Amino acid sequence: MSRLSEANLRIAHDILSRYPKKKSATIPLLHLAQEQDGYVTDDAMEHIAELVEVTPAEVLGTCSFYEMFKRAPVGDYRINICHGIACHLLGADDLIHHAEETLGVRQGTVTDDGKISIEGVECIAACTEAPCLQVNYRYMNNVSNEGFDVLVKGLRDGTVSVPKHGTLALTRQQIPEDKAAGNAWVEPDDAPAWWPEPEGDA
Amino acid sequence: MAVEKIVTRRFDNLKAHELDEYVATGGYEGLRRALSMSPSEVHDEVRTASLLGRGGAGFPAGVKWGFCPPNVWPRYLVVNGDESEPGTYKDRQLLERDPHQVIEGCLITCYAVGLTQCFLYVRGEMAHAQERIAKALNEAYAAGYVGKNILGSDFSVDVVLHWGAGAYIVGEETALIESLEGNRGMPRLKPPFFPAAVGLYGQPTIVNNVETMANIPWIVERGGDAFAAMGAENSKGTRVFAVSGHVNNPGVYEVEFGTTTFRDIIMGDEYAGGMRDGKALKGFVPGGASAPWFFEEHLDLPLEKVAVDQAGSMLGSGAIVVMDEDTDMVKACHNLVRFFARESCGKCTPCREGTTWLERILSRIIAGQGRPSDLSLLMEVSENISPGIAWPPRQTTICPLGPSAVSPIASALERFRNEFEDYITLSDRRVIPVGAA
Amino acid sequence: MSIDATESDAEGVEVAEPEPEPEPGVPFTVNGVEYRAEPGRNLIDACEDVGAYIPRFCYHPRMKPVGMCRMCLVEVDTGRGMGLQPSCMLTVSEGMVVDTESEVTKKAQDGVLELLLINHPLDCPVCDKGGECPLQDQTMSYGPGESRFVEEKRHYEKPIPISDTVYLDRERCILCDRCTRFAKEVAGDPLIHFMDRGNQTQVNTFPDDPFSSYFSGNTVQICPVGALTAKPYRFKARPWDLNEIETTYPNPMGDRVTIQSSRNEVLRYLGVDSDAVNWSWLADRDRFSFEATMHDERLTTPLVRGDGLGNASADGDELVATSWSAALARVVEALEDANNNAGPSSVAVIGGARLTNEAQYAWARLAKGVIGTDNVDAQLADGLPGDVVASLPRTTIADACAPGGTVVLLSGDPKEELGTLYLRLRHACVEDGVKLIELTPNETGLTRYASQSIRVRPGDIGAVAAAITGAEGANLDKAIGAVTVKELEALAAAVSGSDRITVIAGRTSMADHAALTVEAINAFAALDNTAFLPGLRRGNINGAIDMGLSPELLPGRTSLGAAGAWYREHWGQVPGQAGLDTTGILGAAATGRIAVLFLLGADPLTDFPDPELARQALDRADVVIAIDPFINASAAAAADVVLPAAAFGEVDGSHTNLEGRISPIRQKVTPPGTARPDWMIAAELAMRLGKDMGFVSVEEIADEIAAVSPLHAEADAAAIDAAPDGLVMPLTEDPSRPTRFAWSDLGAPDEPASYDSYSYRLVVDRTMYDMGTQTAHCQSIDQLAADGVVRINSHEASRLGIGGGARVRLSSKRASVECNVSVDDRIARGTAAVAHNHPGLDVRSLIEMGDPVTDVRIETV
Ligand SMILES: Cc1cc2nc3c(=O)[nH]c(=O)nc-3n(C[C@H](O)[C@H](O)[C@H](O)COP(=O)(O)O)c2cc1C
Ligand code: SF4
Ligand code: FES
Repeated sequence: MSRLSEANLRIAHDILSRYPKKKSATIPLLHLAQEQDGYVTDDAMEHIAELVEVTPAEVLGTCSFYEMFKRAPVGDYRINICHGIACHLLGADDLIHHAEETLGVRQGTVTDDGKISIEGVECIAACTEAPCLQVNYRYMNNVSNEGFDVLVKGLRDGTVSVPKHGTLALTRQQIPEDKAAGNAWVEPDDAPAWWPEPEGDA
Repeated sequence: MAVEKIVTRRFDNLKAHELDEYVATGGYEGLRRALSMSPSEVHDEVRTASLLGRGGAGFPAGVKWGFCPPNVWPRYLVVNGDESEPGTYKDRQLLERDPHQVIEGCLITCYAVGLTQCFLYVRGEMAHAQERIAKALNEAYAAGYVGKNILGSDFSVDVVLHWGAGAYIVGEETALIESLEGNRGMPRLKPPFFPAAVGLYGQPTIVNNVETMANIPWIVERGGDAFAAMGAENSKGTRVFAVSGHVNNPGVYEVEFGTTTFRDIIMGDEYAGGMRDGKALKGFVPGGASAPWFFEEHLDLPLEKVAVDQAGSMLGSGAIVVMDEDTDMVKACHNLVRFFARESCGKCTPCREGTTWLERILSRIIAGQGRPSDLSLLMEVSENISPGIAWPPRQTTICPLGPSAVSPIASALERFRNEFEDYITLSDRRVIPVGAA
Repeated sequence: MSIDATESDAEGVEVAEPEPEPEPGVPFTVNGVEYRAEPGRNLIDACEDVGAYIPRFCYHPRMKPVGMCRMCLVEVDTGRGMGLQPSCMLTVSEGMVVDTESEVTKKAQDGVLELLLINHPLDCPVCDKGGECPLQDQTMSYGPGESRFVEEKRHYEKPIPISDTVYLDRERCILCDRCTRFAKEVAGDPLIHFMDRGNQTQVNTFPDDPFSSYFSGNTVQICPVGALTAKPYRFKARPWDLNEIETTYPNPMGDRVTIQSSRNEVLRYLGVDSDAVNWSWLADRDRFSFEATMHDERLTTPLVRGDGLGNASADGDELVATSWSAALARVVEALEDANNNAGPSSVAVIGGARLTNEAQYAWARLAKGVIGTDNVDAQLADGLPGDVVASLPRTTIADACAPGGTVVLLSGDPKEELGTLYLRLRHACVEDGVKLIELTPNETGLTRYASQSIRVRPGDIGAVAAAITGAEGANLDKAIGAVTVKELEALAAAVSGSDRITVIAGRTSMADHAALTVEAINAFAALDNTAFLPGLRRGNINGAIDMGLSPELLPGRTSLGAAGAWYREHWGQVPGQAGLDTTGILGAAATGRIAVLFLLGADPLTDFPDPELARQALDRADVVIAIDPFINASAAAAADVVLPAAAFGEVDGSHTNLEGRISPIRQKVTPPGTARPDWMIAAELAMRLGKDMGFVSVEEIADEIAAVSPLHAEADAAAIDAAPDGLVMPLTEDPSRPTRFAWSDLGAPDEPASYDSYSYRLVVDRTMYDMGTQTAHCQSIDQLAADGVVRINSHEASRLGIGGGARVRLSSKRASVECNVSVDDRIARGTAAVAHNHPGLDVRSLIEMGDPVTDVRIETV
């Protein structure tokens, strides 16, 4: 159980500075916590609550609304098999069935070695590549049963490398202090500098 | 029918996501041009272009921009990159392949409307798109395209990349704003919460789709007239459609808006290339999971907003999902309804309870536990969510998600009632366990 | 109109008809009939106003509409044709057409109802809400009979406790967002929240972080179904067995409540939506206090000190039961002895804040008019001088909270001491833009909402107030204690920029001298746009002061000097000179100068700032008579006679709140055993003393108050009865009666000792849950008083090299005590705060009462 680490706390403050209202940073900070621990711990939620100045219950209220946040450890690799309409038409159900059979797990559970869990998920916006899946949110297109087996083998023996669960973009947005326009709340009521003149009452 | 591509013009260039390449291929020219004009002149170009929003509702962007109440500051831009409507696959491509184009569109929009901060809300599951956007933004900041005193002018705006976390409903603009405020993504009632008047933090806020933004640089660079010269009367420019399902060449195609027909895009060789394995067409979803289904007889309709609306469906998010003759329409219907049931935010009773009930009735039917009365029950429950069951829907709910679940039911029951009856009365259907799928 | 016009009119010359007053509001049509309504009024309310009730679940008039349940859908035409709209989310506009009864409307509402019921358990027969449940009622009146839902319902673990007093049954919950909105919007304690999504949505708390809000019980009251239940009420009764009466809860706010009882047993209190006062809310401490009324330990018979064999005797040491006549005879004997030996001023009365106005009047008259002593004080040196309170220009809560106003907090934390006032002030700050200026030693529950929250060290408040109000001789050019010049300037600007200021005046700490606060009050009173609300915390303390239970005061906020002659005429006699306050009385008693000491619901051993003095006083007083529903610590230790008093719910009368609002208190059940209303005890004592006051009913007392008090001329029994929302004092002053008086300066107190950097200034404050007699007798909340600790902020803790939980010794020049530390950043630097009356820690021995402030040292042990 952990709060955000020192390094992540610095990132958190950076994130917080971009939003006019602190609470807006809730989801980005939950992602950060999930990146740190692989799932969102209660301690992290309490820490986030302090940072965005709300109660832990409010953070949990937000966290639990969103599918991507897991509140208990999940497999190292979460394979989300799309069962949206396009993938459904092109055999997603069979693929899920195959995955369950070969891995010996049901949707939402983790293999005994703690490595892999599978889940049927709604459309992941790769419909023209159906059936498709994501491993820790990295796409794999046009997946056949055989392709799935190769993927699993690769994940297990390390030949397929995927960042651990919770890590999304490897690059973070950086806004250099000298280049920042600043979040737009600091000077409320003022028209922006480039704005010609007060508008009529139209 | 080759038409000049606008938003996908750099899709063949695999380096277009890099700043240098983008600039080398004419990138940020639109921004430069905009900065040489007054904000209202830029706005006028977009008005002239009659650019319809590409997020689903198809509202003219230039008109929406004009709804910000005067002299109320700050104002925000929220770019909707939550793309989650089943079948829809274009915003992710735009973000991954040509992120600077979207950023440039955002900047121009901020300049034209006086928006003081931009939030680029990208669907959480799109790790690669986030990566590309983050890199693009970092480069753009370093090069002075974004941030303080852009290109040496007094135009300053931050573009903040914000990730979603998995909730379809957050694509709805007021839910998007709630989510951006750190809340559960539950839609707000309009009125009073029309974002342009009362949006993010209660301030005027323009919400536009990623593809809408991607059109802006071209429009400003080439002029609104050039854009309006393409397409049909009520549907100008070009538009990106994703064609998926039982076709030979599923793909994302940018076509002239309003003139191309469904037949062209589904059957045409340069597009989806016709039905797979020579099967017959059974039906297709013309504009995302929410849209009532179309059939053979609709193939010759143009991909044009008004025509499709009049035919009782919508172009929505530009997602065409094609179903062949072997498709089990009960399961297809169940698949779509399950989507809405799982994605209901839970705010309105009819949607929260109704969509789930519909899903459970359908899965019971598929599991061989249906009753003859279930078919009328499906319609009656649907009535409680969407009185009159018509399109565009009347709704007992705040947002159209609940009524969207009714579209596939109404379409399937009307056309393929016999398939439902078969499930209920025949004993030899392959029975899948409830909830297995 | 000019006279000419009138004349020509008389001559028949045509004149223009005077323009008819435009009717207020805009026209709108409901079910075919045109009405008018205030534009912007919520449509669901506007329809209800004209008799078209629209069913609803999520809408609550005291919270922002969310439009979630969709039950209130009606057909509305706002110019674009009829369409279904949630009436709770619409406001009336000109020409709006509404049909609440159309087919379409009914069908939509039936549909919503059916959908709400599919997952709702049909356990009405065992549900606490059964019989008063809108969902059940709606289903009976409109809903489809048979459910067509054959699927399995949503399941959750059965009722889970979400706080010490509230259970949540998620299966019954219809997700109306009322409780959660209440927690966030009204109480400001968003500890319950929607969790998960869609069909899985549930209300819950964060793990191990219960809904420990002082106001949690309100959610039970507003839950439209039986999802939230109160521990003290669960399974106790069925609504149809209950009968009820509307009354006023005797706290300083005078919260309006309904008492519900069954077979002479009080089962619950519900808040009444009084626009003027509590807006239907109650603090849990008050809501659940009926448990004390029903407690086994209530006194049912008089007691006297006896010999332990059941015989009363003067020198016995047990309290033994006796009869009322024996007990009262004993009291009368003591009073006669006292009068004969040392005169009436050897009699004193402490307490009376618990009583109704009428009982307070009866006791004031007994003491001052019958016995002839002015040694009467309803406060225990922890409030403000009665004459100061009586003469403050008052305002109302509504005016204080109206947009555009400024509120200055010069009192203890309203969240801890005056629950519903906190809710009203919070709303005023958050929703109506009222500016709150806190001049308190530590942060309070309102600090988050304050526009300026300044830490003023005890001792400095008078100077700070003088400086920022621009008092003569005061200036802003040097810091005052911890308050910087910049802060002073900002405060002064805020004060001078305010149109309307309300000062909540009370005591921030038991450990400093009241005169300091009075000095600050003086400074604000000198501004002509300032009015006050006394922030005193005991029951009907405002009534007690108005009824003369304070030295020198007589009923109607007047004094011996101003109205002595008038009252002598009505009462026969009044004391010749001002008497002693509680500190004076206890001092006199400790030196053998008090022969008879009445404790009228008072417990000086527990509540007086100097427990040593209290003990000596009780020991030395010849006869101590306690009148109380319970045996409190003082009575147990020292009472010679204990008379069982009837409690709230068992008596009729009226109550005065901090605004001076008089509202009716009604009897619902009979007192236990032979317990009697306090006024009756006073009346009987007077009779036995041979000076009958002539009181045989509460109404007669109320009428007498109306007949003699300079301020209560319009508040006779009938008028009070007819005004459930109360009559606000002062009513029209009767010119034939004595005038009110202006209080004189108490005299500046000594300068507080200069601040020693090794010492901490002691603040002794209050919390909602302490070991007060009433709380201690409520099973549901008696565990909630946390163990006593000293609170210091993290800066001080690290300076001392200690953390939370460390054991320390607190020493003043007088004494020292040991306790644990709690690190709390709401406490100012250089300050040590201890809450009064918590288990295991009594710091009162550290307080030197005559000194302006108390400084302590903290050492680890
Ligand atoms: C349930 C629901 C989901 C939606 N999802 C999306 C989405 O994923 N992306 C999007 O751009 N618009 C979506 N929309 C439409 C938005 O509410 C909004 O109309 C759009 O973002 C406006 O941008 P545009 O004017 O540029 O089209 C959705 C609407 C609804 C009702
Ligand atoms: S517990 Fe009661 S008040 Fe709270 S959401 Fe559920 S039904 Fe509404
Ligand atoms: S009362 Fe209006 S939606 Fe619930």
